[in-house]
Amino acid sequence: MEFKSNIPSGPIEKKWEKHRFEMKLVNPANKRKYTVIVVGSGLAGGGGAASLAELGYHVKCFCYQDSARRAHSIAAQGGINAAKNYRNDGDSVFRLFYDTVKGGDFRSREANVYRLAEVSVNIIDQCVAQGVPFAREYGGLLDNRSFGGAQVSRTFYARGQTGQQLLLGVYQALERQVGLGNVEMFRRHEMQELIVVDGRARGVVVRDMVTGEVETHLADAVCLATGGYGNVFYLATYAKGCNGTAIWRAYKKGAAFANPCFTQIHPTCIPVTGEYQSKLTLMSESLRNDGRIWVPKAKGDKRAPGEIPEEERDYYLERMYPSFGNLAPRDISSRAAKRVCDEGRGVGPSGYGVYLDFKDAIARLGRQKIEEKYGNLFEMYERITAEDPYKVPMRIYPATHYTMGGLWVDYNLMSTIPGLFVLGEANFSDHGANRLGASALMQGLADGYFIIPYTIGNYLARQKFTPVPAGHSDVRAAEKAVAERTQRLLSIQGTRSSTEFHRELGKIMWEHCGMARDKKGLEQGRSMIPELRQEFWKDLRLPGGGNELNQSLEHAGRVADFLEMGELMCLDALERDESCGSHFRTEHQTSEGEAERNDKDFCHVAAWEFQGDGRKPVRHVEPLVYENVELAVRSYK
Amino acid sequence: MKLTLKVWRQKDAKSSGKFATYEAHDISEHMSFLEMLDVVNEGLIHKGEDPIAFDHDCREGICGTCGMVIDGNPHGPRARTTACQLHMRMFHDGDVITIEPWRAAAFPVVKDLIVDRSAFDRIIAAGGFISAPIGGAPDGNAIPIAKENADLAMDAAACIGCGACVAACPNASAMLFVGAKVSQLALLPQGQPERHQRVRSMVARMDAEGFGTCTNHGECEASCPKGIRMEFIARMNADYIRAKLTAGRRKDGAGEGGGG
Repeated sequence: MEFKSNIPSGPIEKKWEKHRFEMKLVNPANKRKYTVIVVGSGLAGGGGAASLAELGYHVKCFCYQDSARRAHSIAAQGGINAAKNYRNDGDSVFRLFYDTVKGGDFRSREANVYRLAEVSVNIIDQCVAQGVPFAREYGGLLDNRSFGGAQVSRTFYARGQTGQQLLLGVYQALERQVGLGNVEMFRRHEMQELIVVDGRARGVVVRDMVTGEVETHLADAVCLATGGYGNVFYLATYAKGCNGTAIWRAYKKGAAFANPCFTQIHPTCIPVTGEYQSKLTLMSESLRNDGRIWVPKAKGDKRAPGEIPEEERDYYLERMYPSFGNLAPRDISSRAAKRVCDEGRGVGPSGYGVYLDFKDAIARLGRQKIEEKYGNLFEMYERITAEDPYKVPMRIYPATHYTMGGLWVDYNLMSTIPGLFVLGEANFSDHGANRLGASALMQGLADGYFIIPYTIGNYLARQKFTPVPAGHSDVRAAEKAVAERTQRLLSIQGTRSSTEFHRELGKIMWEHCGMARDKKGLEQGRSMIPELRQEFWKDLRLPGGGNELNQSLEHAGRVADFLEMGELMCLDALERDESCGSHFRTEHQTSEGEAERNDKDFCHVAAWEFQGDGRKPVRHVEPLVYENVELAVRSYK
Repeated sequence: MKLTLKVWRQKDAKSSGKFATYEAHDISEHMSFLEMLDVVNEGLIHKGEDPIAFDHDCREGICGTCGMVIDGNPHGPRARTTACQLHMRMFHDGDVITIEPWRAAAFPVVKDLIVDRSAFDRIIAAGGFISAPIGGAPDGNAIPIAKENADLAMDAAACIGCGACVAACPNASAMLFVGAKVSQLALLPQGQPERHQRVRSMVARMDAEGFGTCTNHGECEASCPKGIRMEFIARMNADYIRAKLTAGRRKDGAGEGGGG
């Protein structure tokens, strides 16, 4: 397998411009002859589908939700970064690029990140033009807030629901194209298989989730924008339906999977309360602008937070990272929270929680100002916990939130299967080993609005296409695989539900492949997961049939894939024998407990190639070259 | 706690439905309403029965997927709260809870508590957008927008498209949903060029989908989990009248002047 990143030559600030000129174009009149499939309708998928349709391509867009507007991009709270430098505080494209590379602990591709920073400014303009009601100041200009890992204020926001507003912008642009007849929208359809003909991606097999009908859709190129696979941990901030099935099918058809173990554990989520819990809820990182994180200095201090005097509190992030304080990056903040809880200083009934306290901010700014900035988040917290965060500090704990890993793509966002493009969280490209806050929305929209419209044209213009006949053997084989798989799941008739298996897998992953990992634990995880998988295929209990709306069947199919994916994540974590960003191997830490990278042996992307069920995948390496940012020890002190 | 649930069960769009009764045991007050249903469903799966189908996704009150009528209230008894954010501490041991799908001709039942809300998508496709093709936008700060208007537009834009307003309305009207989008875009300078065309197209689509009209009951605002105000219906009505009156005079139907 070949890993050509296809990064254009020349100085970094000229690469994208040069590439755009060098790429072949499709004549406007010819665009309508091409069909492009987009799976997913979030910022990347919906944005890509709308942009491609605007250009004149015939687009088929699929989502598992009942409307394109419900993709999980909608849940992003805090904001979106852009190097606008509207604050006059020293921001620039280069600084956003630098912060993102450093934030990712030097495990991302420089050229991709630079392009991301470059187009970030266009994203804000585009969203404003679409009517996204960003927060504004009294003069009518756009407001900004600060986010982790940066010392400039470059995050644009719409209250605590920025993702919602950006996604509605995308959704409206997409529905406009649906109305014009340029996009065919398939709601409640889930991708089950990728169709590869003569080595190129030419279509998908999907299941109509209402009728159970299996449908084949053929095209000239396929874009996967199906989000991350963090639900492998069962408890996560993801929507319940988020899954890795589409990218996993593609992996098994030959698309390499890059850095599967890079998982973001977000520091500020509402702690777990019980075994019945179905998901975890994020409290936006933006809260760390004004909230202060602390635990009692003494172990096992069970006093109410209000009774603990100032001098007996440990504001540990401010103590350990004085220059970034409460805005230290996510991986660092999460590990610090774990550490103080492991020391026995955690708060709340389980002991796995830390305080996020607004007392000082309320005293300084007044309740009204805090309400204006974070009102909806405070309300959400109160609904879930029945505690009033204006009066008692919030309790938070880290939870799985995002996957930096994903399908390997080159500079053009094309996977190792020609014609298969991967956008947004589903790819691996921009965030390295740790994503900075407010960068996911930026990447989703960058990929969808500003990158794929160019690179897909370049691909299509360089290929010759003949229609794939419906009865083609590769198409038939893909359809057959889907039917057999469904049948196999339905025929087990065992005793345990897919939720029980999922929960158990989540526990294994959290325990052995979570915030802190070591060789022994990962090996254990690697042996436990196949056992659980075997158990699943022997003992799954699945009600209902295949030709109807069957939510249990949908879930079981996703869990079956998670049970394979988890194993690959453990393997990747095991073989990446260093610590970097979110990937913290306890064997590799500094005397202060920080992640210790090994640039000599691991300054690369690990891309895994599927070799068949039951066989160990092959680990390929794409070296990472740093020409513009000096490889350095990441410091936020 | 222990609860009795009366749940609407309907195999598919063609079948007729009926209420079925289930007992829910060992329900913790910290569970969300949907987690309570998860527990009931796990029990049904183990008994070999078909679990209750209900729509849900983010479970944090923002995606708008979940929605069910709980004891006659869309999303249940707590104001400004989606079903997924409703917690069992709002209920008492021994309660009998009735759970139904959204009831509206324009939202046909798909299965059990799941309805088809694609009519909302079609209303947006008819005009709920600003035509701003990707790539041609001026600088984001080129046009200042009064904070007051931006904030009001945001109030309207907070709609999650769940359809509770329709379910609550005796006329099954979608005017809160449509009014919110019309108002958001009409409050922004970027939305002015298509302002009149937009309101005409969206209202026409809304009527064609079979939603009723507004007779000022106010149930929509009371049941809206995001607190969208009826004021936006009034704004839409004003815009609609203006658009209709000027339609004959100006071919393109564009609005005159800004603001709103």
